Amino acid sequence: MTSLKETRIDRRFAALKKEGRAALVCFITAGDPDLETSSAILNGLPKAGADIIELGMPFSDPMADGPAIQASSLRALKAGHTMRKTLDMVRAFRKTDADTPIVLMGYYNPIYVYPNETFLDDAAAAGVDGLIVVDVPPEADDELCLPAIGRGLNFIRLATPTTDDKRLKTVLKNTSGFLYYVSITGITGAGSANPEDVQLQVARLKRATTLPVAVGFGVKTPEQARAIGETADGVVVGSALVRAIETSLTQDGRATGNTAGAVLSLVEGLSAALRTS
Amino acid sequence: MASNTQKSSEAKLNTLMTGPDERGHFGLYGGRFVAETLMPLILDLETAYTTAKNDPAFQAELTDLLNHYGGRPSPLYFAERLTQHFRDVAKAQGGTGGAKIYFKRDELNHTGSHKINNCLGQIQLARRMGKTRIIAETGAGQHGVAVATVCARFGLPCEIYMGATDVARQSPNVARMHMLGAKVNPVTAGAGTLKDAMNEALRDWVTNVRDTYYLIGTAAGPHPYPAMVRDFQAIIGNETRAQMLEREGRLPDTLVACIGGGSNAIGLFHPFLDDEGVAIYGVEAGGHGLDVENGHAASMNGGRPGVLHGNRTYLLQDGEGQILEGHSISAGLDYPGVGPEHSWLKDSGRVQYVSITDKEALDAFQLSAKLEGIIPALEPSHALGWVTKLAPTLPQDNLLVMNMCGRGDKDVFAVAGYLGIKL
Ligand SMILES: Cc1ncc(COP(=O)(O)O)c(C=O)c1O
Repeated sequence: MTSLKETRIDRRFAALKKEGRAALVCFITAGDPDLETSSAILNGLPKAGADIIELGMPFSDPMADGPAIQASSLRALKAGHTMRKTLDMVRAFRKTDADTPIVLMGYYNPIYVYPNETFLDDAAAAGVDGLIVVDVPPEADDELCLPAIGRGLNFIRLATPTTDDKRLKTVLKNTSGFLYYVSITGITGAGSANPEDVQLQVARLKRATTLPVAVGFGVKTPEQARAIGETADGVVVGSALVRAIETSLTQDGRATGNTAGAVLSLVEGLSAALRTS
Repeated sequence: MASNTQKSSEAKLNTLMTGPDERGHFGLYGGRFVAETLMPLILDLETAYTTAKNDPAFQAELTDLLNHYGGRPSPLYFAERLTQHFRDVAKAQGGTGGAKIYFKRDELNHTGSHKINNCLGQIQLARRMGKTRIIAETGAGQHGVAVATVCARFGLPCEIYMGATDVARQSPNVARMHMLGAKVNPVTAGAGTLKDAMNEALRDWVTNVRDTYYLIGTAAGPHPYPAMVRDFQAIIGNETRAQMLEREGRLPDTLVACIGGGSNAIGLFHPFLDDEGVAIYGVEAGGHGLDVENGHAASMNGGRPGVLHGNRTYLLQDGEGQILEGHSISAGLDYPGVGPEHSWLKDSGRVQYVSITDKEALDAFQLSAKLEGIIPALEPSHALGWVTKLAPTLPQDNLLVMNMCGRGDKDVFAVAGYLGIKL
């Protein structure tokens, strides 16, 4: 559907397909709990086993997120994080890693006021590969999705248990890179879907698209990651990582010597689970 | 009533009354900016609403409920002593003005505000759609009470999200909701006010999509809510039109209403948008003053366009697009956004949006109580605050209608506290 050339995301999924395993997609919020610690986590993610990184753009009102990611967004904002700092993090990351895709994930308003066209230029120049903007539906593709594609960025959409076959066509129309299947109706960090349901749903999606399908929401443990990785092309873990940041902090919310390590060792465990299946 | 409205819009080629377009846009504003999980739901809702709207049986049922359960039509009341007061004020300033003041008495509705108009409409729709659980957000608690009321009336369970700050300052309404059988969920996120309650209601909806109906309380949110809530509230303006024609033999000259999310205001304004001779004022909450950073809730006078809660509209936000909490003495106006149709009417210049501070609203509250024997809610006290400034400057034959959209029972203890009254 899109006029995109092969992107970093396409290349990564193609390589993993050859390896015969699912991608580990890791979500952290940019700037959580502070810029320095967050950069250390970001830069350490590929070595710990993250195949694709979703970097959250903090927003004051994350309506689709549960308590863990809400709190992480607020920590970042409280520490003075901005959209420009998020892009700076990506730019610095790209100096040492030319291959690991980064997808920015968040809500529309901080992009809209940037504003859109400038944001897309800056994001592409910083080395961002794709965007997930939770509250911009396909009905508004002309505002952000199409201009993003015009700059070589993948615009990744969510499909959910409420997306029927008719709606799926609309969702897929300008989607590229991968399709993100939200395995539960609910907010991030809530309950987990049962693997049989996920299997059925992934099969349904795969009949409708040749894009890789990554599954997220509710994946917390290596065991769950392994089970989902058996049917999906990617497994997204977010709240569990963000929760690991939270539990490593001091009482007044400051990073400790443990913060980056706590997240990265969790990622190592998840990665190992996907490599041994 | 309806024929009057129709006549005025049919005669116009450039009508302001036909919005939104099929994608829910009022010019730049509106739309459907929601997570994909919710998209199928709001598309269903739109279809269900369009069908219901054109179904005479639905309309007949609604009219019956509005009249016999809600207590409509609400009176159009000539506020004689206030009118005299403003004439005295004008005279003292060497003028001859002082508009003729009417109150549209929606505070006399069952549950004490205009909110019941919308709730009766939406609960009928929810039942048609086969939904078995109702959720809502509330600020002042007036919408929460109205939702709890219609849920009790129709035997549906409901959960109301309310900011923890608002739970404290509007406790009489919290008690009412409990008595009506609703579950009240205090929201501690953010400043614990209306925007946080709306976030939490949206999170509930995303989680319970299959059986739950989200009964939004104002003319904001994703399409079709802004248009649907407006349509249910337009009974205010339609009645006003007919009542004024009957009383004075002509249309009013001036309309004034307060703006939280904008539902009572658009309800009064909408039937008059194409009547060029009618001056229209929407009154935002000026809090501590527009020059106080994050100290007011005047989204249009002190904010910029952005996207939140499903629509593009004027928002209180910082330079990074992070949403500010805002402040108002009135829990019902303390919202950082506004319905998209108002944003569009502001840009087009058809409606003038002004603001009134906490203090001015408190003064107006007392004025209405002492001169008219009507204790207004703090929300319409803002509208009256503007009338206080405007009326003495208008000629005596100017017919001014202010929407008295809620009664002050919920506010009396809070106001006593502000005024230092020992009870
Ligand atoms: C009496 C009253 N008026 C006005 C409002 C503000 O809402 P809206 O602007 O939608 O009429 C509220 C909201 O709680 C209210 O209770």
